Amino acid sequence: MQQIHLGAIDYSILIVYFAFVLGIGWVLRRYVKNSEDFFLSGRSIPTWIAGLAFLSANLGAQEVIGMAASGAKYGMMTSHFYWVGAIPAMVFVGIFMMPFYYGSRARSVPEYLRLRFDEKTRGLNAITFAVMTVFSSGISMYALAKLLELVLGWNFHASVVLSGVIVLAYIFLGGLTSAIYNEVLQFFLIVLGFLPLVLLGLKDVGGWSGLKEKLVPVATGAGYAPGAWSSAWRHLGAAGDNPMGVEWFGMAMGLGFVLSFGYWCTDFLVIQRAMAAKSMTAARRTPLIAAIPKMLFPALVILPGMIAIALHSSRGGLLPVGADGTPNYNLAVPALLAHYLPSGLLGLGLTALMASFMSGMAGNVTAFNTVWTYDIYQSYIRPGQTDAHYLRMGHAATVIGIGLSVAAAYATTRFNNIMDMLQLVFAFVNAPLFATFLLGMFWRRSTGHGAFFGLLTGTGAAAIHHGLTLPQGAVPGLKGGFLGTVLHTYPSEMAQNFWTAIVAWSACFAATIVISLVTRRNKSDEELKGLVYSLTPRLRDHDLVWYKRPAALGVVVLGLTLVLNVIFW
Amino acid sequence: MNLDLRLPMGLMFSIFGAMLAVYGIVSSRAIYDRSLGINVNLWWGLVLLGFGLVMLGFALRAREAQRAGPGSPTG
Repeated sequence: MQQIHLGAIDYSILIVYFAFVLGIGWVLRRYVKNSEDFFLSGRSIPTWIAGLAFLSANLGAQEVIGMAASGAKYGMMTSHFYWVGAIPAMVFVGIFMMPFYYGSRARSVPEYLRLRFDEKTRGLNAITFAVMTVFSSGISMYALAKLLELVLGWNFHASVVLSGVIVLAYIFLGGLTSAIYNEVLQFFLIVLGFLPLVLLGLKDVGGWSGLKEKLVPVATGAGYAPGAWSSAWRHLGAAGDNPMGVEWFGMAMGLGFVLSFGYWCTDFLVIQRAMAAKSMTAARRTPLIAAIPKMLFPALVILPGMIAIALHSSRGGLLPVGADGTPNYNLAVPALLAHYLPSGLLGLGLTALMASFMSGMAGNVTAFNTVWTYDIYQSYIRPGQTDAHYLRMGHAATVIGIGLSVAAAYATTRFNNIMDMLQLVFAFVNAPLFATFLLGMFWRRSTGHGAFFGLLTGTGAAAIHHGLTLPQGAVPGLKGGFLGTVLHTYPSEMAQNFWTAIVAWSACFAATIVISLVTRRNKSDEELKGLVYSLTPRLRDHDLVWYKRPAALGVVVLGLTLVLNVIFW
Repeated sequence: MNLDLRLPMGLMFSIFGAMLAVYGIVSSRAIYDRSLGINVNLWWGLVLLGFGLVMLGFALRAREAQRAGPGSPTG
């Protein structure tokens, strides 16, 4: 792929964008008076803004680049990450879990765990979460700088420093509010920046039907049925029938239930946006409002990948091909940008890419500084200080968080294996989380010991499952099989990941129940009021118009998602 | 919150739209070969300009309403 050359108009667009992002931070600095303003936006964010930020914080560059790469590699099946994964989980968290997160007045997800269970469960979650956010923002910083180096010839160090400094400046000035407002701005920029690319691509390949036709040789060439790249469900009967190497059960349970619910329902990065909403109904509607654009996102992020691979196979040479003969899927979006967009819109497209990176990074940093300040610093290092002290700590934590991300980005350049290993460990830690929250919120008998040791059991089970299995064609090591014997070989890495998650969740679920039953309850019914379903008064929202009621919205969202699944069956 | 986000957002997209549309008018036709012969800068610039102006319109109307009846919620 040839390098892209930017003109003056492209740089001007980028500069105008930077000016607005910083300007918003500058204007909002006046409203940060105490730590609650800085970390939780004073719980005053309007619903639509919280909803779009909920979506945008997750929409990092890795989502845009990665989903397009999957679209090229697996085709339409990638939509399961949205229509089976994200959407049902978002509806669930809005309707069933937000009443406890928001109603408990907890300031973070780990703090909810302390209220519901005990100190050690909170500590475990807070520390692993803080480490994870720093590393994941570092890894995405690395990925972006590498990409800019490759396609634009920009200096790696300059990209890292520039993006880090801008994100730092606007969060430092305006705290979470600034991050959230900018996330909404970035959301519109991402949509309006990538949409022309999708429209041009679709027009070029002859619309959806033309694309389907052009994807036939891609599928048959790889040895699958002709429709394997353009249908979501039809080839999920057996793992060998589709490029993902997954069968419907592993897909629905592993991705749909365990991984997606685990992420959308427990990850403070997204939950924080809803916690900042101005009222309980606003908080509950936040993920539901986010779900509506989310269900259309496959058109924006997966379709470009499918178009890229269709063009690559029918006209040849769009994507650079590696030594082993497989195209570099990660370059699907940059290659299309270079292919279709003239100077002008090209600048807008690249600005959108930068925006997606920044929204993801700001999401990580704001979640990190809150968990660090409230759940680690205030709890274990310096309790009982004034609010002004914690606000200062929040500012310092923002600087430290970004500094650590930069350090992680550089560590990635030198020790790629360590990063892969860390990501694997994070996967083990995350997989069982949803079982803990589910039992915590819906079973009052679950205890602190049950939650803590249940989590450890789940993580251990994930590691053991991974250590005893291997994806086809891989050598023992990071990919699995490190425990000496390989009991099972999965058709693909993705199948192995889904099943690792299923095993971790089940082990945590079972262990939490057993340990809870043999340990004494550490919280009385009175203490659990507002934290557990059966002990919390039902929320009444009959005075709202029907389309503002969370339950009604949830049903509409699920219905529309079902329709999409059927259309692209 | 006292900042209506639609204001900066409307402003930014209006500026982007105007920049692209003007560039679309002055730029040479040759650069549009890759975009299937369509002057995408001009057309998409107009779309962005429209979007930005609508946002600005909403923001200004909300501001008017607030000035007319103090205490009425906006945003």
